[in-house]
Amino acid sequence: MKTIANFKMNFNPKTVLGLLAAGLLTVSCSNDDDDPEVVNEEEVITTMNVTLTAASGNITLQSQDLDGDGPNAPVIDISGNLAANTTYSGSIELLNETESPAEDITEEVAEEDDEHQFFFSASGAVTGTDYADADGDGNPLGILFTLTTGDAGNGTLQITLRHEPKKPNDGTLSDAGGETDIAQTFNVVIE
Amino acid sequence: MKYSILLFIAFAFGNTLMAQECSSILIGEIVDFHDNSPLSGATVTITGTSKQLISSAEGKFTFKDVCNGVIELEVSHPDCKSQFKTIRINGDTYEKIRLEHHLEELDEVKVTGTADNITTSAQEDRLSLEDVEKFSGASLGDALKTMTGVSSLNTGANIVKPVIQGLNGSRILILNNNVRMQDMEWGEEHAPNVDINANQNISIIKGAAALEYGGDAIGGVIIMNPLAVIRSDSLYGKTQMNLFSNGRGGNLTSTLIKSYESGLYIKGQGSYKRLGDLQAPDYLLSNTGIQEKGIAFTIGKRDFVQGWEAYYSLFDSDIGILRASHIGNVDDLIEAINSEEPSIINDFSYDIIRPNQEVTHHLGKLNYYRRFEGLGKWSVQYDFQRNRRFEFDIRVGDDANKASIDLRLTTHSLSTDIKIDSNKDLDLKIGLLGRYQSNFANPATGVRRLIPDYDKYDLGVFAITEYELSEDLTIDGGLRYDFSRVDSKKFYRTSRWEERGYDDDFSDIILDDLGTQLLTNPIFDYHNVSATGGLKYNFNSNDLVRLNYSFSQRAPNPSELFSDGLHHSAARIELGDLRIKSESASKISLSLEKTTDTWGYTIAPFFNSIADFIILEPSGVEFTIRGAFPVWSYRQTDAQLLGIDASLYNNWTSTIRTDHKFSWVRGTDRETDIPLINIPAANLSNAISYSNSKWKNLNISLESQYVFEQQRFPPNILVFSPQQQQEVELNINTPPQAYHLLALDIETSFTITNDNDFKIGLRATNLLNTNYRDYLNRQRYFVDDLGRNISLRLIYNY
Repeated sequence: MKTIANFKMNFNPKTVLGLLAAGLLTVSCSNDDDDPEVVNEEEVITTMNVTLTAASGNITLQSQDLDGDGPNAPVIDISGNLAANTTYSGSIELLNETESPAEDITEEVAEEDDEHQFFFSASGAVTGTDYADADGDGNPLGILFTLTTGDAGNGTLQITLRHEPKKPNDGTLSDAGGETDIAQTFNVVIE
Repeated sequence: MKYSILLFIAFAFGNTLMAQECSSILIGEIVDFHDNSPLSGATVTITGTSKQLISSAEGKFTFKDVCNGVIELEVSHPDCKSQFKTIRINGDTYEKIRLEHHLEELDEVKVTGTADNITTSAQEDRLSLEDVEKFSGASLGDALKTMTGVSSLNTGANIVKPVIQGLNGSRILILNNNVRMQDMEWGEEHAPNVDINANQNISIIKGAAALEYGGDAIGGVIIMNPLAVIRSDSLYGKTQMNLFSNGRGGNLTSTLIKSYESGLYIKGQGSYKRLGDLQAPDYLLSNTGIQEKGIAFTIGKRDFVQGWEAYYSLFDSDIGILRASHIGNVDDLIEAINSEEPSIINDFSYDIIRPNQEVTHHLGKLNYYRRFEGLGKWSVQYDFQRNRRFEFDIRVGDDANKASIDLRLTTHSLSTDIKIDSNKDLDLKIGLLGRYQSNFANPATGVRRLIPDYDKYDLGVFAITEYELSEDLTIDGGLRYDFSRVDSKKFYRTSRWEERGYDDDFSDIILDDLGTQLLTNPIFDYHNVSATGGLKYNFNSNDLVRLNYSFSQRAPNPSELFSDGLHHSAARIELGDLRIKSESASKISLSLEKTTDTWGYTIAPFFNSIADFIILEPSGVEFTIRGAFPVWSYRQTDAQLLGIDASLYNNWTSTIRTDHKFSWVRGTDRETDIPLINIPAANLSNAISYSNSKWKNLNISLESQYVFEQQRFPPNILVFSPQQQQEVELNINTPPQAYHLLALDIETSFTITNDNDFKIGLRATNLLNTNYRDYLNRQRYFVDDLGRNISLRLIYNY
């Protein structure tokens, strides 16, 4: 117990408090960092313009989602009704409108055509779609396509763009895999 | 503050001067921890003196003329190694010392006095070393699940977050060698970054009663401490290897300790684990491999009067996330939920591909303690942690190898406390904590930050006390105050800012308008108070009751405040809320315990009422040009958790024992009267074991676990499926069916150089290869849980 008594003599509360205060001060030094760097997500697709051309007149379908993963849903704009029993030539344009002027993403898809593919799914009075272009390996790409309508009524056209799908595939999304860049359904009226 | 500490020190000194008498008698009794049989021939020394005795045939010893105050006893026994025990002498004192001597001779000799628990009045539980060894190749969460009232929130089999009495995440503190882990515990897919093999003395406190560790442990505290180091000139260690059939891999862990008579010790520990793809009964779980590395070094000196320790540990994990759980949008999720089998099953591989997470955790600690005669023990500690987390998603093109999440969380803490134990019946501990934390979210990911950059400052002060009213009745209590400030710089999408209504409430925190994004500077202060009080009453030497009330407050974590964006790998949008304030829990728990040689039980009901409970749940769906995504948002409500943990054991004969455990918890949102999400289902486990120390310590146990179906869950949400062009019910909350699993464990030990220094164990889990899914596994939408796993463990003590 004698040794312990010696320590009692050495004990200085001020030293302890001093040490503690010094430590806390060091710890609480705030660092005034510069503002963090903004992240502008690259290769964003905000807009898909689908142009359907036929002798009876051109129709455009647009899906525009300027806030990406933000809360606003894409705005769908369909210029008019499709004609019944008609074959349309379709073409797709992809834009990144967060940049000014808008960046044309279609070019990139066309350049990396072996890593991309559009998938079309039609229902109701939209009776069918077909590819009108191919990638360098002869597999379907889908920037250009054809669409046929049946008798008057309602129909849907679903367009999906997959990045790095399995190519060739059996034409279904589940077989193709890859990452979804676009998945948009248009409700159209055929008259 | 300064003055109060000075005052308090003066008081404590004054107090002791009156109480210095050296005529007390200490009568001790040394018994075997397992069967209470007396241990004769143990050498007992009062450290720092020449007083030494040998325990009698009845295991007893008597020291005369002992000074009042705190002394330390060194107890050694031919079959055991020296251990230390601190005893408070006040007049004639009786102390029972329990040595765990025949099972763990070489690696641990527990000296368990009466104060085995960390708190007096709260519900606590402790993992035995055997259990820790059984789970050496698994995770902390898996091992903790063997305790009543503990379950886990999983993302697959390798990411296991402990759940205590229905609560998880930031509501549970993990003390890793006395350092509070700061490892982004806020995320559901963030497992604790600890190596279960590093600090194997593991116990839990269910609830917030242990205020010295933090005031916000609404769920509980997990304490991982190193095994005691033997104070003698020796070099010893342990190596354990586990091999697993499921995952076709294993782990290896080794500890080496050099200790000296002087109290100096040096310890090194390392672990390595590697598993390939795991297997469900019917198919392979592609990309579920894991690679883990852990190292730890300790150097320290432990003496009665003073001691210090320096500790460093590194834990590094690379965990594959089930490939089939990576989905594109809500239609993929609908498809996954409705299909029996995962969409992607590849051949077995050890490779960890995308999606995966790579996390590195550095932890460093320096501490020092000194005991002042007649006052108590003063400790000071500095600790440093750095957690680096990469989450890799399946990305394409130029970004294929870029992480989607890259966070670096750095924490410095400085804490000090003084434990005043010189008074006869009163223990008082007062402490102070300062902490600075900084999070850096790397913009190089090219993905908008889910968690922003922030600085966080914490200051805490606490006092806890324990008072022995009589031999049978002890009360404890505590009070704690915590201040936290979060200072963040966060970008919001303008559309999100407006959708959340922040333009009305927080327009003054905007620093910069970048067009589509706003740079904001949210600064929030939280003042939290926690308090606890309770009692322990011993009816007799076998029966006791503990009653505890605790009030605790927890400030929202960065995820709850700031989460904002698409969590790609989970295909869900997670939204925090800047308006979230601290939650406050009031918990009452009771524990009725009986412990005898032949049988015993614990019945522990609890009631936890949480005001402003922060909850993350599916709330709807948002549409983007890439499809629709389910939205999970944080909200606050008043919640109530009611539950019971019960366990029972019976030694039918000297070799046959059964153990029975049951836990149940019911969680309700009191504002809507709807059940809370992610509350574990009732769980019943039974085990029968045969052990015979004469046959090479053979131990065979058969364990059964029945997990009930959770009947109480929030309603599913309706979502519009673009593919189906109609509203469909998304069965995102529907729990899976009940399941029953069997496990078999056989262990035996042999002698190579020292007595029973080599142990072999064989363990089979999910013995019947049952197909099942668990409600608290986030991958239950996609795949069945693990199939049969046969493991071999080899443990060598040297």
